[in-house]
Amino acid sequence: MRKTSNRLMTRQQLLDLYFMEARAKLIDLGAFMDRVERATGDEDFRMKGFRTALAELNKTGTDRAERVLLALSDLSTEPIAAATTKAACGAYPGTK
Amino acid sequence: MRYIEPHGHMVSRVTDDYLDMITAGCAAVCEPAFWAGFDRSSVNGFYDYFCQLTEHEPKRAAKFGLAHYTWLCINPKESEDVALAQDVLGIIPKFLDRPNVLGIGEIGLNKNSRNEMKVLEMHVDLAARTNQLILVHTPHLEDKLKGTRLIVDVLRSDKRIQPERCIIDHVEEHTIKMVLDAGFWAGMTLYPESKCTAARATDMIEMYGAERVWMNSACDWGVSVPLAVPYAALEMRKRGHSNEAVDRLIFQNPARFMSQSPKFKVPKF
Repeated sequence: MRKTSNRLMTRQQLLDLYFMEARAKLIDLGAFMDRVERATGDEDFRMKGFRTALAELNKTGTDRAERVLLALSDLSTEPIAAATTKAACGAYPGTK
Repeated sequence: MRYIEPHGHMVSRVTDDYLDMITAGCAAVCEPAFWAGFDRSSVNGFYDYFCQLTEHEPKRAAKFGLAHYTWLCINPKESEDVALAQDVLGIIPKFLDRPNVLGIGEIGLNKNSRNEMKVLEMHVDLAARTNQLILVHTPHLEDKLKGTRLIVDVLRSDKRIQPERCIIDHVEEHTIKMVLDAGFWAGMTLYPESKCTAARATDMIEMYGAERVWMNSACDWGVSVPLAVPYAALEMRKRGHSNEAVDRLIFQNPARFMSQSPKFKVPKF
C-alpha cells in the first residue's frame, strides 16, 4: 500500500485551516519544556525520548508523525517475560 | 448524517450519551468486551459482564431506538493470569449464539508479554473453531508498534484466519500500513490525548485510502468522547471530503465489515 498525496486542499488552504492550531500547540510544547527546565530534580527517559522525537520535526519528508511515534516506541521484537504493570508511559525506557 | 459507532464501551457511559449519539445520527453501536478499570476476581465476574453485554445493555440502547451489538473475550489487560483466562474462555461459547454477539473481541496485547500472547492465541483458536469475526486491540503508546507486529504475526500464522474477517483497532501512522498490507481491516480510534485526533485520522485516510478502514470513539470510563466519530466527519468535510466519502467511512464501512456476521442487520436510516 502506497501513500497518496492530498489533492483536496492546497498548501495555502491547509495553512488557513490549521496554522493557528499548530502555533498554539508549538507554544505549548515550548512552555512544557520550560516548565520542566525550571523545576528541580532529575528528568527521566521520557524527556530523552521527547527530545529525540522533537528532532524529527525539523527533518524533511511527509512522515514526521510516523517518525515521532517510532522515536517513542519499543523497537524490540520479542515478547517480554511477564507484564508487571498494565500502564504505558508514552516513551520507551530502553530508548536509543 | 448517519453513522455507526463500531467501538463504544457503553456500560461505562450515562444515558445522556445515548441521547447525544442518536441525536447526532448514530444508527447502531457495537461494544467489545473491555477491562473494567480493575481486575475481576473470578470467572463469575465475567459471566455477569457477558450477561450485561448481551441482555441488559441492548435493552438500554433500545430505549433510544439504537441497535446494540457486542464482542466477547477477556481483555488483554487481564490476560497475564492464564488460568483465569482459560476459565473465561470456557464460558464464552455459551454466549456466542446470543442475537447481538458479532464475534471475539477486543482481544490482543497490552504489554506484549508471553502470557498475553498465549491468551491471544487461545482467543484466535476459539474464533477459528466457531467461525467468529475478530476485533483486535493494539497496545498503547510505546508498546503499540511491537504489539501490532506480534498480533499480525499471530493472526497470519493461523491459516484458518481470514484477514478480511479481522479488524485491528487503534492504528496510528506507524502501524496502519502493516495492518492494511497484511489484508486486515484497520480501526482508527479518536481520543483527545492518545491514539489519534480527527485531523490525523483524516490525514491517514488521505494517505492510505478508506477501503478497509473505520473510525471509532472507543468511549469508555476514561478520557474519551462519545461523539468523536461525528466530530471527525465534520473535520473531513472541512478538508473537502464529499458527503458520500464521509458516509462510506462512518456508516457503509463498519456495516460492510460487520455484515460478515449474519446477526448484523444494516440499520435503516
